[in-house]
Amino acid sequence: MRDHPLVQLTLARMREFYREPEAIFWVFGFPIVLAFALGIAFRNRGPGELRVAVLRGAGDGAVAAVLARAPGLTAAVLDSGEARLQLRTGRVALLVVPGDPVVYRYDSTRTESRLARLEADEVVQRARGRADPARVADQRVTEPGSRYIDFLIPGLLGMNLMGSGLWGVGFSVVQARTKKLLKRFMATPMRRSHYLLSFILSRLVFLFLEVAALVGFGWWVFHVGVRGSFTAVAFITVLGALSFAGLGMLVASRARTIEAVSGLMNLVMLPMWILSGTFFSYARFPDALQPFVRALPLTALNDALRAVMIDGSRLSELGAPLGIVTAWGVVSFVVALQIFRWR
Amino acid sequence: MTPPILCAGLAKRYADVVAVAGLDLTVNARECFGLLGPNGAGKTTTIEILEGLTAPDRGEVEILGMAWTGGANTRALRERLGIQLQDTQLADKLTVEETVRLFRSFYRASHSVEEVLGLVGLEEKRTAWVGKLSGGQKQRLAVACALVSRPELLFLDEPTTGLDPQSRRQLWDVIGRFRAAGGTVLLTTHYMEEAERLCDRVAIMDHGKIIALGTPRSLIASLGAEHVVEFALADGATRAPNASELAALPGVRAVRAGLDRTALTVAEVHRAVPALLGLLERRGAELSLLATHHATLEDVFVSLTGRQLRDA
Ligand SMILES: Nc1ncnc2c1ncn2[C@@H]1O[C@H](COP(=O)(O)OP(=O)(O)O)[C@@H](O)[C@H]1O
Ligand SMILES: [Mg+2]
Repeated sequence: MRDHPLVQLTLARMREFYREPEAIFWVFGFPIVLAFALGIAFRNRGPGELRVAVLRGAGDGAVAAVLARAPGLTAAVLDSGEARLQLRTGRVALLVVPGDPVVYRYDSTRTESRLARLEADEVVQRARGRADPARVADQRVTEPGSRYIDFLIPGLLGMNLMGSGLWGVGFSVVQARTKKLLKRFMATPMRRSHYLLSFILSRLVFLFLEVAALVGFGWWVFHVGVRGSFTAVAFITVLGALSFAGLGMLVASRARTIEAVSGLMNLVMLPMWILSGTFFSYARFPDALQPFVRALPLTALNDALRAVMIDGSRLSELGAPLGIVTAWGVVSFVVALQIFRWR
Repeated sequence: MTPPILCAGLAKRYADVVAVAGLDLTVNARECFGLLGPNGAGKTTTIEILEGLTAPDRGEVEILGMAWTGGANTRALRERLGIQLQDTQLADKLTVEETVRLFRSFYRASHSVEEVLGLVGLEEKRTAWVGKLSGGQKQRLAVACALVSRPELLFLDEPTTGLDPQSRRQLWDVIGRFRAAGGTVLLTTHYMEEAERLCDRVAIMDHGKIIALGTPRSLIASLGAEHVVEFALADGATRAPNASELAALPGVRAVRAGLDRTALTVAEVHRAVPALLGLLERRGAELSLLATHHATLEDVFVSLTGRQLRDA
């Protein structure tokens, strides 16, 4: 069993991968770093505290004290030159000039400034005795499932499956070709199918770790759950990994140099990085582009992953995207086998 | 018993060069046969055609009585061959043992990993990464991967090129042990002393053709003289004797004027050298170099092509 060529070839694949620290980083570390950075940067916290300035002059202390009572504002008393500078550069959202009338200076095209004006005016008016006739209550929504990070994690998973499938297969094949290792294998009784299958098998082993790392990280740090079944996620990721392994095989089927295959790889992946809705919804692209965008394997994979992870869809509802992913894989693999350069 | 290697009328051309131009070859059982020639002579193309890796344009090949027909037949034949290619780089990040085990898994009958590492003397490097081996050790590992299948016939393409003398001798020992166990070897090289040392018969190749074939001894004997005397003059060619004067000296069989020295192929050094010195003294020419050596296959190549082997 251990000495079966398929086992030995797969072991060789895996060893070559995990003994390459850069590869480990790009496959496991990078998506997690990216998820962490983007998850923090775009966490749902609204505009946060807004800084407003009070112009130094008669009554400035009283106005500043009133403004500080507003929950979303911090106020500072500034000289006129400094106040104008900070307003112009956006360090403060609003400049309040005490007096009668109280003057608000701000750029009305800035959302933050308009918000600051509303909040400031409210506390100023209340301080002068305005009463609120209606009773209100606030309810904040930060439900898991509707945040940016919930959208992002399935996308990163899809993108990672694409990257590791293409690089993992394409790079090793071309490296074996340039080092004449492929030719050396051809000089043994090794079966070609074993060689190709070993890529698929080692991909499946690492796939398991990749998915576990990213999904586990999302759950642990951001409480990104999987609303649908884990079996469905597993099925879709395996299908995606196989499909991109096929595409990787196709990209690598003729290339003789690492440079050539890198170029091809980027050519294949670049449109999908941009168009396939990993970081933002592809609905933002013009209608004319939509059929093309939807036909890309990464788009279909991302759609299927989000449907299961966010909406809790079942596999039976995902015929179209899974069909697209499968078709890409099968066609690439068949064509790759036809044109593969074995030496 | 049919010879392990038989080929006839082999030809292969690439876009702009004829790599092999009609080549017939027979290698007998238990023989070590050397293909000798300068870079670009067509040695690799020839050996890879014989190995079934390159399809010839024309010609017949029979290896261990079988032809390269593809499919199960070809796989069965590959089980019986050991092959080392000129320019394979084994995976750097695998250990010696893992590499051998991988190659071993492709064959039905095979040596154990211990046995084959013992054959090439790499036991202590068993757990070292391939990328950390010296050139000689890498080459021995490549030979180990060729030997792991217990082959009847071993193909080695420039196994010792670029190695230091000690590594080269270690590989010669490996080849010697394989032959002692009854194996047949076809190797290519551009080191003449290697061919003289290892090979029962050699074929000298140039421009895709065999230009001489025989035992190293018989090829050297074909020069008609066993020694080579080389000399050069301190003051250049002004007082140099011409070729016919030199040829007339006693014991001299052939004269070759090179760029910086003149070489005489000589049957009897003890008569030719005093005569040469006498001639030069009468001319008032001063020697800057005088050397003699036993004729080698290198001299055979030079006499056949007019070029040095290494820089041909
Ligand atoms: N794949 C190839 N494509 C084009 N030319 C080749 C190829 N392989 C070898 N040649 C040419 O064929 C000739 C013989 O090469 P080769 O068999 O490698 O010689 P050797 O092994 O004796 O150095 C050389 O001129 C070489 O440039
Ligand atoms: Mg060669």
